[in-house]
Amino acid sequence: MKPAPFRYDAPATLDETLSLLAEAGEHGKLIAGGQSLVPMMNFRLARPGRLFDLNGVAELDFMRVEGARLRIGALTRHAAFHRPPCEGPTGALLAEVVRHVAHYPIRQRGTFAGSIAHADPASEWCLVAATLDAEIVARSRAGERVIAARDFFVASLATALRPDELVTEVRLPVLGARWRTGFCEFARRAGDFAIAMSAVALRLDAGIVREARVGVGGVEDRPSRQPAAEQALAGRPVSPAALAEAADAAAREVKPMTDLHADAAYRRHLVRTTTRRALERAAA
Amino acid sequence: MADRRYIGVSHKRLEDRALLTGAGRFAADLSAPAQLHMRVVRSPVAFGRLRGIDAAAARRLPGVVVVWAFADVAHIPPIQIRLTKIGGLEPYQQTVLARDYVRYVGDPVAVVFAEDPYVAEDAAELVVPDIEELAPCICATDPPGEFMPATLPGVSTEVAVVRKSYGDLAAAFAAAHRVVELEVAVGRHTGVPLETRGALAEFDPASGVLTMRGAAKVPHYNRGQVARMLDMPDEMVHLIEGHVGGGFGVRGELYPEDVLVCHAALRLKRPVKWVEDRQEHLMATNHSRDQCYRLRAAIDARGFVLGLEAEIFSDQGGYVRTHGVTVPDLAAAMLPGPYVVPAYRANVHVRLTNKTPAGTYRAPGRYESTFARERLLDAIAHALGRDPIEVRRTNLVPRERMPFDRGIDTLGTRVVYDSGDYALLLDKLLAHLDYERLKAALAARRAAGERVGLGLGYFVEKSGLGPADKAVVSIDAAGTVEVVTGAASIGQGIETAMAQICAEVLQVPLERIRVVHGRTDRIDYGMGAFASRVTVMTGCAVQAAAEALREKLRAAPSGTPAAAEGWFRADHMTYPYGIHAAVVRLDPGTCAVHVERFVVAYDIGRAVNPMLVEGQIVGGAVQGIGGALFEELVYDENGQPLATTFADYLMPTLAEVPPIEALVTEDAPATQNPLGVKGAGEAGINGAGAAIAAAVDDALGRPGAVTRLPITPVRLHRLLAAGG
Repeated sequence: MKPAPFRYDAPATLDETLSLLAEAGEHGKLIAGGQSLVPMMNFRLARPGRLFDLNGVAELDFMRVEGARLRIGALTRHAAFHRPPCEGPTGALLAEVVRHVAHYPIRQRGTFAGSIAHADPASEWCLVAATLDAEIVARSRAGERVIAARDFFVASLATALRPDELVTEVRLPVLGARWRTGFCEFARRAGDFAIAMSAVALRLDAGIVREARVGVGGVEDRPSRQPAAEQALAGRPVSPAALAEAADAAAREVKPMTDLHADAAYRRHLVRTTTRRALERAAA
Repeated sequence: MADRRYIGVSHKRLEDRALLTGAGRFAADLSAPAQLHMRVVRSPVAFGRLRGIDAAAARRLPGVVVVWAFADVAHIPPIQIRLTKIGGLEPYQQTVLARDYVRYVGDPVAVVFAEDPYVAEDAAELVVPDIEELAPCICATDPPGEFMPATLPGVSTEVAVVRKSYGDLAAAFAAAHRVVELEVAVGRHTGVPLETRGALAEFDPASGVLTMRGAAKVPHYNRGQVARMLDMPDEMVHLIEGHVGGGFGVRGELYPEDVLVCHAALRLKRPVKWVEDRQEHLMATNHSRDQCYRLRAAIDARGFVLGLEAEIFSDQGGYVRTHGVTVPDLAAAMLPGPYVVPAYRANVHVRLTNKTPAGTYRAPGRYESTFARERLLDAIAHALGRDPIEVRRTNLVPRERMPFDRGIDTLGTRVVYDSGDYALLLDKLLAHLDYERLKAALAARRAAGERVGLGLGYFVEKSGLGPADKAVVSIDAAGTVEVVTGAASIGQGIETAMAQICAEVLQVPLERIRVVHGRTDRIDYGMGAFASRVTVMTGCAVQAAAEALREKLRAAPSGTPAAAEGWFRADHMTYPYGIHAAVVRLDPGTCAVHVERFVVAYDIGRAVNPMLVEGQIVGGAVQGIGGALFEELVYDENGQPLATTFADYLMPTLAEVPPIEALVTEDAPATQNPLGVKGAGEAGINGAGAAIAAAVDDALGRPGAVTRLPITPVRLHRLLAAGG
C-alpha cells in the first residue's frame, strides 16, 4: 500500500502548472484533494511519474456567481457546499447532494473539480454536472476551451481532457425560481459509492412541467441525461402517474453495469426507485 | 468495616488514558535503529503449480538486502495446529513460503527485505512467480479434489469429517409426526481489527535473545512455536504485546509472516519490521464462517425436536492453519444449542478450497450453527402453524435438567451446560420488548403497507476454556500491587477486570494495581486471550493469587513486600446463553434492510464490570449485523477475491446500526469457578444472523425465505422479484 516512485512539484501559479503539464505529457498528474488519486496510487492502480500539486495555486481557489452561472474554481472543496453556494434551486440541490459525497473528513480535502476530472461513474458531482449541462473549462498552454458536460464524460474514469489540460473551473447554471430540484441516491452504507442515483430538475409553470432534466448516475460507465424520462414529463402536470412513467422510462432505457454490489436487474430496479424519489422530492 | 465492592462495578477502563491521549503503541508505531522492512510477494492466482521464482530484477534494486523463496527457508517446518488437532491433518499445514503449489490468491511465494518500506514494495512488484495455473475449487459443497496433485497424489481436499452423535436417531425419525428439512449457508466473513497485523523482531547478539513485538492473543504458545521452528530454546525467544487494535479470533495466531520476521532478524542480524496493509489483511489473515448446513429434523405434533441430523460443509480455504478443525468441531457441538434434542448426528465435511485459509472469528461455529438451528426452529413453527416463540419454549432445556450433559465433546472437553434458566431469560426478553404490543404494532404497520418484521435467535455460548491459568500478585514496600498474568489484551479491558478482581480480594484501590499481560519475559505460563476465557480462567487465577498473598500479608508487618502465585484449573467450560431480537424494515424500492431495533438478552452468570460486558455485547452485535447484511468475502469463478478493500468488504458504521440494547442478567452463575463468572466476548454476535434472518422473513411475510447470509440488496431483490 505504498505508491510507486514519482516526482512531486508544487507550482505556485497556473502558468507554471500548465508548463509542467505540457512538459510531463502522459506522465503528469494533478493532485488537489487527492481523495481518489492517492488511494489509487497506493494500490498502484495509478502510477503517475510526476505529480503536480495544485494547492498552492491561489488563483484557482474561488467560487462565485456571475450572471446566471455559478463558477466553481478548481480548488473548491466539497465541504464548501455544506451550505448552499448560491440562491435558489441550484444551491439547494448542491447542498443536498454534498451530504452524499463520501464522508465528512474526505469532503474537507476533496474538490468538486477534481471529482469532475476523475470521472468516476459513481460521482455525485459528475451526475449533477451532466444533469444541469455544466460547462467544464479546460486550460492548457495552447489556451482555454469550454467543454459541455455531455461531451466531457467519455467512459469510466475517462474524459475529453488532454494530458496537458487542467480543469480550471466548472460552471453550473443558477436555475431560476420556477425550477424545482431533487436528488436520490442508494449506496450500501452512508458515504459509499452510489449504486444508483438520480438528479432531477423541473421547470414548473402552474403545476405543468415546462422543462425536465433527469439524470442518472452510478449505473452506466458515465452519468447520463435520460431523454425518455424527460419526454414523459414535458408538458404534463406533475402527477404521481407522470412521475412513475418517467421513472419507468429511465429504468427501461439505462444499460446497467454489473459489479460486486449490484447486478443489472437490481440496478435497473434501483433506477426506477431513485428517479421516482428524486422526482417526488422535486415535486413536493 | 465492610469490604468495599470492586466486582460488579462499572469502573472506567484503566487502559484508556494511554489510548485516549494518543500514547498507545501499536505494532506499526514500533521501530528500531537500522531496521529492515519486509514485504511479502503473494500469489496472484488461486491454484497452480509453482515452477519457480524470478527475483533477479528485485535483487538488483538499490536498497534491497535479500529476497527469499521457499528454497531459502526450506528448513523451517510448517506451521503447526494449535487447537483441535486430529490425526491426518499434517500434510495440509502451511509452510512459511509456498512449496510446489500456490493454493490461494495471497499465498506467500517470496519475501523481500529492504532498507525502506517503499523500496520493499517496489521490489516485491519485480518478483515474478512462474505458476502453471490449475482450475481452482471455490465451493466446499463441490466434490473434493486433490490438495497438491503432483507432489502429494491422492491427498484429498476433504481433510476430515468431524462426526458427533448421541441418542437413537433412527427411532426418532421412525416416531416423527413430521420431518422438516432445510439447507442454509453463511457467507465468508472475517474479523477485521482496525489495526492490521504487524511485527518488529530483534535479535540481541549479546544475550542471544530474539524478541518479537506486535504479538497478540497467544504470546506464550507462539513463543514456543517460533522457538521450535527456528531451533532455539524457548527461553531465548520472547514475544511481547503492545497495544492491540482488536483481535476477534484472527489477530495473534501464528502466521507465516511472524515466523519470517523472526527468522530474518536472526539471519540478517538486523531488526526486521513488517506491517500488513489492509488489502493483504483481507486476503492473508484468516477468513471464517462460509459453512453450508443441510438439516433434517424429526418433530412431534407440538414441534418438539425428537431427532436432528446435520450434514455440514465447512470451507477451510487453502490450508489447515493453527485452528485445525476448531470451527467445524464447535459447529457440530453447539448446533443443538439451548434445545433438548434427544437424538443427534452431525457430520462436518472439512474441506479445503482455493481461498484464504480459515480459522476462528468471534463465536466461531456458533454464529453459523445458531443461524442454521434457529432457521430450523422457525421452519418447524411454520410447518405446524405455531408461534415461533412457543415452539422454542417446547424445546428449551428446562432448568431442572441443569447441569445438562449434551452427550458430546468439543475442544477436548465434555459439553455440560453448567447452569441456566433458558425459559426465564426468554420471559425477561419478551417483557423487555413488550412482545405482544410490539407484535401488534408491527402488524398494524404491515397492514398500512410497511415491510417490517421481528425475529429472534436463541443460543448457548461457551466460555472459559481450560486447562489452566496462572497469575502472580505482588506488593512492594510502597503498597503498589502488580498482577502478572499470562493473558493477552486485545482491547477487551482485561487490565481493568483483573484489577477489579484483585482489588476485591486485597481491598486496595484500583489505581494502585498494575496489570501485566502479553509478555513471555514476565511469566513462564500463559494461555492468552481466546474463546471468551480470560475473565473466567485468568480471573480465577488472579483471585487465587490475591488470596494467597492476602494470607501471607496477614502475619507480616505493614509495608512488607510479598508475592504469591495462584492457579486455576478447569476441565469443563462454562456455558452462558442469550437471545438476540431484531426489528427490521425493508425498503422494497432499494431492497435495503434497515435494522430499527436490536436487543441482546444475555445471562453472564456474574458480571465483573457491567460496562465492559455491555461494551462487548454492543461491539459484537455490530459485527453480527455486519455479517447478516453487509460483509462477504466474495470470490469469482477463477478464485480471485473481489472484496479486498473497505470499499468492497463492508463493515457497518454507526449509520447502519441502531443503538444496541443489552439486557444482561445474572440468574445462572457459573458452577465451575469460584467467581461464578461466564464469558462475555461472543454474546453480542452469536445470534445476530439468526435474528435478522427471521425478522426479514417476517417483514416479507414469507417464512423460510432467507436461506443465506449476508442478506444483500441483490439477494433481497431476487427474493422480492420471485415472491412479490
